Amino acid sequence: MDLQKFITDFANQFDDTDISEFNENTFFQDLDEWSSMVLLSVIALAKINYNISITGAEIRSCKTVKDLYDLIESK
Amino acid sequence: MPFNPFSLNDKHILVTGASSGIGRATAIACSKMGGHVIITARDQDRLKETLLQMDGNGHVIIPADLTTSNDILRLVVELPKLDGIVQNAGIGSRILCKNISRTDYDKVLRTNLEAPVMLQSEILRQRKINKKASIVFIASRAASSPSIGNALYSASKGAIISYAKCLGLELAPQQIRVNCICPAMVWTKLIIQDGITKEDMEETQKKYPLKRYGVPEDIANLAIYLLSDASSWMTGSDIDITGGAKEL
Repeated sequence: MDLQKFITDFANQFDDTDISEFNENTFFQDLDEWSSMVLLSVIALAKINYNISITGAEIRSCKTVKDLYDLIESK
Repeated sequence: MPFNPFSLNDKHILVTGASSGIGRATAIACSKMGGHVIITARDQDRLKETLLQMDGNGHVIIPADLTTSNDILRLVVELPKLDGIVQNAGIGSRILCKNISRTDYDKVLRTNLEAPVMLQSEILRQRKINKKASIVFIASRAASSPSIGNALYSASKGAIISYAKCLGLELAPQQIRVNCICPAMVWTKLIIQDGITKEDMEETQKKYPLKRYGVPEDIANLAIYLLSDASSWMTGSDIDITGGAKEL
């Protein structure tokens, strides 16, 4: 897995938040646009791009984008 | 004999998806009401577990994958003439519209729409249904209550409700009744989808006016009513059973 590519893919799940707001230390759940819909979108991202199943609870347990990356990589 | 308009005494009833959840609870309830139940699903071992919990005798297990024509044909050949059918087999799905692939589409629609429709056709073609029988489709409140990520599932249930209404009209001359049950959230494996955990659900069920999601037995009891002669003036209906919830 490539962290930079993951950050870009992750940022692409958001429609309004500018890509410049995203780096590995971004607290993504604090973003205004974060919602249950983006959460489902991230689940699909993990499934489609990495063939990994993650749950909503697991995503919510992550604070930063890097935490999320580590979660997917650990599976 | 005590007054019991809900008896299923000596009725032959087919329950699909009887290996778990609402299907299992319905099969067990039908047996306790005196019915002879034919249970089907893909997993023979889990069907046996259902059978172990059923009362009475004369029940039959016929394993089948209803998404395949061969299995439908084989199942229907083995069926006795039916007085009741519970078309329950189904799968859940939670995926955003932008992420729906053809694979997702096929999986949900084949199981939730194509399979029950094709099974019903075969039962009618082989005349495996008695006059005055009752057919029950387990649909869902999702058909009329949108929720995020539920498009494929909702569409499949909406389609089956529309199908059932036409079927009811076509079978009315034989006094065969067709109704749908539309549950809100019921505690089964189906609602624990990708991304949603049991803990999430335990929190959200408190938003329901009756403060809980349904249990499979809640739905089974309504199925008993619809299968019994108590509902003999009921056809073409879709009944909500929701713990008071208007949204899922």
